[in-house]
Amino acid sequence: MSDSRAKKYLRLKGLIGKEFLQIWRDPSSLSIAFVLPVFLLLLFGYGVSLDAKRVPVGWVIEKTTPETTSFTAAFQQSEYFRPVYFADMAAAERAVLTRDIMAIIRLRADFSSQLFKQNSPAIQVIVDGVDANTARLVSGYVQGAWNEWLSHLAALRGTALSQPVIAEHRIWYNSAVLSKDFLVPGLIAVIMTLTGALLTAMVMAREWERGTLEAMIATPVTMGEVLLGKLIPYYLLGMGGMLLSIAMAVFLFGVPLRGSLWVLLLTGTLFLLVALGMGLLISIVSRNQFVAGQAAIITTFLPAFILSGFIFDITSMPAAIQALTYLIGARYFVTILQTVFLAGDLWPVILPNALALSVMAVVFFALIAKKAPKRLE
Amino acid sequence: MPEVRNDQAVFALEFQAVGKAFTAGRHRVDALRNVSLALPKGTVAGLVGPDGAGKTTLMRLAAGLLLPDSGRVVVFGHGTDNDTEPLRGLIGYMPQRFGLYEDLSVAENLALYADLHGIDRQERAQRFQQLTRMTGLAPFTARLAGRLSGGMKQKLGLACTLLSQPRLLLLDEPSVGVDPVSRRELWNIIEQQVKMSGTTVLLSTAYLDEAERCTDVMLLDEGELLDHGSPEAFRGKIRGRCYRVTHPELSNRDLQNRLSGQPGIVDAVIQGEAVRVVCDSEDSAGAVLAGTDTGKPRIEPVAPRLEDAFIDLLNKRRAPVRQANEMAGPAAPVADEEIIRVDDVDRWFGDFQAVKKLSFTVRRGEIFGLLGANGAGKTTTFRMLCGLLPASSGRLQVAGVDLRKAAARARARIGYMSQKFSLYANLSVSQNLAFFSSVYGLRDDRRDERIRWALRQFELEPRKDANSGDLPLGYKQRLAMACALMHEPEILFLDEPTSGVDPLARREFWNRTNRLAAAGVTVLVTTHFMEEAEYCDRLVIMAEGDILTAGTPTDIKRQARTEALPDPTMEDAFIQLIQAKQS
Repeated sequence: MSDSRAKKYLRLKGLIGKEFLQIWRDPSSLSIAFVLPVFLLLLFGYGVSLDAKRVPVGWVIEKTTPETTSFTAAFQQSEYFRPVYFADMAAAERAVLTRDIMAIIRLRADFSSQLFKQNSPAIQVIVDGVDANTARLVSGYVQGAWNEWLSHLAALRGTALSQPVIAEHRIWYNSAVLSKDFLVPGLIAVIMTLTGALLTAMVMAREWERGTLEAMIATPVTMGEVLLGKLIPYYLLGMGGMLLSIAMAVFLFGVPLRGSLWVLLLTGTLFLLVALGMGLLISIVSRNQFVAGQAAIITTFLPAFILSGFIFDITSMPAAIQALTYLIGARYFVTILQTVFLAGDLWPVILPNALALSVMAVVFFALIAKKAPKRLE
Repeated sequence: MPEVRNDQAVFALEFQAVGKAFTAGRHRVDALRNVSLALPKGTVAGLVGPDGAGKTTLMRLAAGLLLPDSGRVVVFGHGTDNDTEPLRGLIGYMPQRFGLYEDLSVAENLALYADLHGIDRQERAQRFQQLTRMTGLAPFTARLAGRLSGGMKQKLGLACTLLSQPRLLLLDEPSVGVDPVSRRELWNIIEQQVKMSGTTVLLSTAYLDEAERCTDVMLLDEGELLDHGSPEAFRGKIRGRCYRVTHPELSNRDLQNRLSGQPGIVDAVIQGEAVRVVCDSEDSAGAVLAGTDTGKPRIEPVAPRLEDAFIDLLNKRRAPVRQANEMAGPAAPVADEEIIRVDDVDRWFGDFQAVKKLSFTVRRGEIFGLLGANGAGKTTTFRMLCGLLPASSGRLQVAGVDLRKAAARARARIGYMSQKFSLYANLSVSQNLAFFSSVYGLRDDRRDERIRWALRQFELEPRKDANSGDLPLGYKQRLAMACALMHEPEILFLDEPTSGVDPLARREFWNRTNRLAAAGVTVLVTTHFMEEAEYCDRLVIMAEGDILTAGTPTDIKRQARTEALPDPTMEDAFIQLIQAKQS
């Protein structure tokens, strides 16, 4: 049967060649595979930031003394705040309402006298809580700056600070706490979901819709070859997207890559197999491009965005939702990506996640083998 | 691979008591019921039957794409259930939309199918050359399949199917939406293939003149094989029951109206300036016809056609439908009033001129036809007349309104049924009707009354709760026509209303259209079915945006009369005109 083997190879070659020609000629495939990833990377690399920087903060200083000046000066040095001064509380409150400032720091008239009496006078901090994330950051920063100023003052005066414990933060792995350093690696999982699941599901459904698959099944080609003929091109396309994303992350955004590239590529392959498996499974169940696209977005793309820990911290989700995230392949891959990029090849983290991905890939391909139609029904 | 014992004794295709059912939603539909047939090698078999008769299911079963629920399908001695591998090499199957990749070029499509069939390099070059020459595609190998005309796509689909030199060629509706010239070419290719390699061919078709060219004809209806025989055998069954009727005082449309539905009359259609009649039995024919009118009709016997035999067979199975005759129309017709006037109209799309200096007029109450192949400019002309597309230059006047100035006002007085029927597939029949009535501003009692009228008039009542997407094509066409008529327009535009619709449904459609015209509605219709031109009062034949000729069907056929062809059909006339234009 060596002849049959040569023919099998010829059929596969024909299918793969055809798929690449189609991808190349179809603007929508190309844009899902390349334009959208670049757009997302630029957006998350430059545009979206979870850091608070140059936050406008209103000051109400009821009586200016050398101490108040010293305190405000400490703030002015910080790159996190931009001070705006108000004559009284009423004016500052109006500015909060119009969202000109995010917070008010009020130093009462007795600020200096309290400072000498108690070493730690009370200051009033009001934070606009509408944007909860920024509010938390701002209150944290203010607290930190206040503590720092107080201890600085105490050191100057040679007295000990009255606070029993001073919390000193040290952040590991992303010491500047740059959100882009952790967003961009996670984004790679989202991008690979685009090509792996969404694009694959849609092009397969298109073959059903246009009746090309019907003509193809009537030739000596087997369903396994048809699926392989989709798998290989979109695997290559997905890995291409991954390499592009890694290159942009490292060279354009300066995200450190502390682990090794081959770990990334290997775990990327596992994740891509999961995504491709889902994409093909969707296209087997729904033979309509619109439905396939919707299904792929809802079951793969959105979860990769929301439930993978790429933006939203999984540990702070409700328990039921946390349980759900274990079904999302992207969850495991995002963890791997963030670890390999920011911390290095930490096997205790990588191995269990890679194992989870392998199990998912095996399950999906077993399902495909079971569900794949041999004929038209 | 089990060896076939005696190659000569085996049929090319055999169905042994095959049954096949599908579940559509909650319903179980029997697509095929106990079908048995056997095609000897070298047969060219035509599969005909109304929409939803099970033709595509039968083709797919023969190709091994579906498995029967009961019975067996055997191809050259191999059962499709357990012996599939050798089968794939023997069968060439072309699905309804040709199975082409539109974003691949002609050569790339051929190369793909050559890869799939495992044809080696040497043989490939030779086959490509042979097939592109045979199909006339040689100059277009670099063109994307999506940019080909319908006829060229069909030939490319056929070429891809013939690459592997199949011994059984299965073609599912190969000529839907394809112009007559291309259809003739397709038949030449098939006949050449049969002669050269002894291929067995099974094709399904809605064109009965194609079935006449087959050695075997099979008539399928509601999943049952009604009859199987040579075209001659079919015609023999109704010999002596076909007549041509004319009347000195009545127009052919009046005559047809009076004849159709009369007891003993199976079928009455307009053919040229006469009405063709098929009667129940030989003896009753004279009596029935004599009693139809007070005047003196002329009745001459004519040779039966395959179509007559089918209508006869199909009508026997159905309760005779006497169509309700209440096509209420607008005010009484005013004779010779010009209702549409087209003057020197051009339409450009970029640097492509779709319509060239078009001029014609249509009178009230006329059925006016636009005939032509795909891409002749028929649909563009229609869209301009409906005010959906502005003309690049020239003047268009519809119902006395200049479309350049008041397209919206003209639109309220016209009904338009587009080629794709434009129904909402997820809405039920009555919901579609309700929607289109509200679009035209009908409400409350008026709307309910019109919906009841439509359901009754178009016999949609039994299906009124079915989703329109699930309806057979013939029903969709009726529903689309009903939707276009909800606001009682004066002018009705029908764009390819009968494309892909079976002869029985086409007949019903033309009966309805005739009654509409009799009630004073002006009907403009495009078609590529040449024999349908006979139903028009006047028509124009278009090609590449030009009008080739205009006139009554009789005039146009008379122009084509030659010594070799004393009684040309509309198709002959059409092909002659096209060839004259090309040379």
